[in-house]
Amino acid sequence: MLDFLKTPVLSIQDYIVLSWRTFKGLFTSPHYFRDTLLQMDTIGVGSLPIVVLTGFFSGIVLALQMSRALQTYGAVNQTGPIVAITLVRELGPVLTALVVAGRNAAGIASELGSMKVTEQIDAMRALGTDPVLKLVKPRVLATSFMQPCLTAIADFVGLVGAYIIAFFLLRLTTSEFWNGAYRILEYNDVVQGLLKPLVFGIVISSVGCFYGLRTTGGTQGVGRATTQAVVVASVWIFVLNAFITKTFVSL
Amino acid sequence: MPELVLRFDHVTVAFDGDPAIEDVSFEIRHGESLVILGAAGSGKTVILKTALGLLRPDSGSVWLFGQDITRMPEKQLFEIRARCGILFQESALFDSFTIEENVAYPLENQTTVRCPPEQVRPRVEEALRFVELENTLGKFPSQLSGGMRRRVGIARANVTEPDLVLYDSPTAGLDPITANNIMALIVKERDVRRATTIIVTQRFQDGRIMAKYRYDPASKELELAGTNGQPAVHGLKFLVMKDGRVVFEGTEKELGESADPYISKFVMRD
Repeated sequence: MLDFLKTPVLSIQDYIVLSWRTFKGLFTSPHYFRDTLLQMDTIGVGSLPIVVLTGFFSGIVLALQMSRALQTYGAVNQTGPIVAITLVRELGPVLTALVVAGRNAAGIASELGSMKVTEQIDAMRALGTDPVLKLVKPRVLATSFMQPCLTAIADFVGLVGAYIIAFFLLRLTTSEFWNGAYRILEYNDVVQGLLKPLVFGIVISSVGCFYGLRTTGGTQGVGRATTQAVVVASVWIFVLNAFITKTFVSL
Repeated sequence: MPELVLRFDHVTVAFDGDPAIEDVSFEIRHGESLVILGAAGSGKTVILKTALGLLRPDSGSVWLFGQDITRMPEKQLFEIRARCGILFQESALFDSFTIEENVAYPLENQTTVRCPPEQVRPRVEEALRFVELENTLGKFPSQLSGGMRRRVGIARANVTEPDLVLYDSPTAGLDPITANNIMALIVKERDVRRATTIIVTQRFQDGRIMAKYRYDPASKELELAGTNGQPAVHGLKFLVMKDGRVVFEGTEKELGESADPYISKFVMRD
């Protein structure tokens, strides 16, 4: 009767097993530093252009929309603080994570998926390497390290975008904007703004690896794994974001 | 009696309840060769993967080099796998690595091989020279033809000079000339290194080359075994698989004489 639950429950179980093995792998040699650096370059530096663009234009629209609302209260000079809070707490982490999920969860899933269907994962095991240590660990480490960095950059670039609007269109002074933006941010905001991307980074990479490694059914299977990885990672980003926000709001 | 290298004891492997191989038993000793014949989907590849512990049996037990690997943890398996070489069906070369890095991979990663770094390059070159591809070191697998990739796969499987070498459909999808060249290389590896060899194939001709030819180091060519002073091939067994079950086990002669209609389809009689 409950057969329909079997597949999702088994998937969750497999995901937990993979996560646990990756976690244990953090303390197990070999460490493959070169692979980790390579992934940091591909995932982190490679995502930089799109993350910068996303951050910049989000900052611009935020400033435009907020200023319009603030105008009704005659508080346009509060644009800086409002944009800063929204970006650092929510939009920066979530938008960056979604962009990185679209780019890298897909990239990881399709790369590992292709390796799986061409027996390269089996070859790796047969030739003496554990795919969890060689493939999963470097990707999870690289993404969870780079994600906070990317988010910080996106936040900053977003503020620059907002500043351009504030300065040229809203006629705010430079110090008005930046002082307001800087003063409003508390320790809590920054911690939350960096904890979120750390968690999202782990989710993006581990979900990408999970779907990649369980790919079956040839090239069609690779496509399916890629789509699933992006969808599942994105959904988890929203769900976990709600949980983390709730925790920090209650603090 | 030579050391027992691999033993399958009533092994069944199933996927989602569907058995891919069922109640398979056989054994192979040091220096012997085994040819597993069977149509596509008869479970040949599953046998090879189970032999290395890449797949786990649902029932029965697998013994590799005297150790029961049926439920052995992956970490321990790496030590045993280091004594084995395998050529996968589509070669399974790492396509982000160069040919040199591919062949060097087992030397650098097999836990018990521990090849000193300065010896990696010469050994890779030697292995590639063996398969006559020494000029491809810096190329990527995608730049090579199917037959060449298969040869690199053979070099990678043998570079650590393993005691047991497994070949999964080495001639599948190749033209007859290339297929025979590949088989010649496999016979050469077998006779030069005296490695225990298991080959899985759909082509009866592959088995026949294994049974009838020997590599002659003097002429550097294959010669008919049992003539020109070449010893006959000993210790070669055939296994025929049908729908996951072993339907025949015996020598080439017994295979040729079998009256079973399914087996006859595989066997080309002179």
